[in-house]
Order: sequence, then structure tokens, then C-alpha cells
Amino acid sequence: MAEEKREVTLNIPIHPNMELVAAHTASILAEIMEFEETHIDEIQLAIIETCINAFEHSNSRDSKVTVTYVLTNDELALKITDHGTGFGAEQTELLTGEARARAMQKRGWGLEIIREMMDEVEIDSSDEGTTITMLKKRI
Amino acid sequence: MASSFNVNTRTEAGYAVIETDGYLNGPTGEKLAETAKDLMNQGYNTLVINLEKTRLVNSIGISILIEIIEYFQEHGGSVHFCHLTPVIERTFKMMGLAQHAELHSDEASATANL
Repeated sequence: MAEEKREVTLNIPIHPNMELVAAHTASILAEIMEFEETHIDEIQLAIIETCINAFEHSNSRDSKVTVTYVLTNDELALKITDHGTGFGAEQTELLTGEARARAMQKRGWGLEIIREMMDEVEIDSSDEGTTITMLKKRI
Repeated sequence: MASSFNVNTRTEAGYAVIETDGYLNGPTGEKLAETAKDLMNQGYNTLVINLEKTRLVNSIGISILIEIIEYFQEHGGSVHFCHLTPVIERTFKMMGLAQHAELHSDEASATANL
């Protein structure tokens, strides 16, 4: 039997607290898929951090972010796209070793948190914009 | 969806408690920081932050919590957290907050040795 795939798309304006709209939608969809509560919190935090990154750093030309949710039987995929100026590879590298251990580093944790919360994360960035694709498996 | 944020403050002998309710981000974190500093100015340099009614804390909110911890430490005080969800606790540990503040399961254990 072919796997059922359902898709939801949101266009959210870059405006304070709009990340909660994206997070709440993800929460509802994950509940429908019967994700456990902690995994729903992880998904919500990942999407909040992704949206905040886009809001603060993308310099988006159309002042909006598009969030696409793709539901399959066992996975929730999220695609967050902005039409901003993109960011370089050095900004997408994982913190390791000393950098990670450095105490009380306050800013720049968004991508690190996203990778910690989700099972798979891909970043595609150019001067046309950035798309972050994330996957959470229902275990 | 919790888009509002409220703090409830209570003072006890030797420490103060702030109970948060709602999403903790940059603006709401600043509101929490103001409340914490007010309590410090009233003479309470030991603070318990009860996050029982907060399920989401973003990285900017955590950075402000770190600033609150630093402020209290600079003034000879300390900050204790309780009722963290597993995700909030994991994020606190990732960002180094847990190295400088105590994390407790509930308010009773947070205040047991104060």
C-alpha cells in the first residue's frame, strides 16, 4: 500500500511571536500523528529557533517565511524557507570540542539547538534565500 | 497557544520565588529580568524560578536567564530553577546554564537547603 502523504503550508509574516503560529501548527500536526509529548516539545523548539533565525538574520525581501509540513506515516518533515540574503557555511558548522564546552556562551545557539532537537537537518542557503529542511521520526 | 506571559512573585524567609506562565523569549525574558532585579533591590539575592507553567523557552530567553544568573552571582547571590520540562532542561545544559545554576525537580527540593 502506498504511504499516505499529507501537506500543510503556512506563510507567516516576520513579526514578533509569529514563530508561535508555526510552532503551534507543528504541535497540532504532531499530536495528530501521535508523537510523544517530549518529541512535540522538541519539534516546537526547533521550529521556533528556525523562524527566529529567519526573522532576525535573513533580511528577507518579502518579510515572510514559508513553513511546509509534510506528514507521512512515521515522519514529520518541516521545510522553512525565507527569501533573504542567505548565510555562509561557517555559520552552519556544528560547535565541537572547546567551542561547545565554552561556558556561558550566550548567543548563536539556534542551529545547534535545531540539530539537537531533530533527527535530520539540511541547510540550503544562497543569496536567493535559505531553506532549512528538518525531519522528526515517530519512534 | 500561549502567547501571553505572566510572572507571579512570592517572597519567603531568605529567598524569593518567581513563577512564570507562558512562552519565554527575548521580550518576556526582559520582563522576567526586571522582576528579578527588583527582588534583588529588595534584598533577596537568592532566587527560585519556577517554570512549571512554561513549556517553551527559546535560545534568546535562555541567554537572558544566563544574564540574570550572572547578575545575581555578581551580587553574591544565586539562582535556582525548578519544574523544567525534559526539553528545557536539555537546552539549559547545552547552553551552559546548568553549570552556573541549580536545577531541581520541584520547589521543595529547590528550597530545601536555602
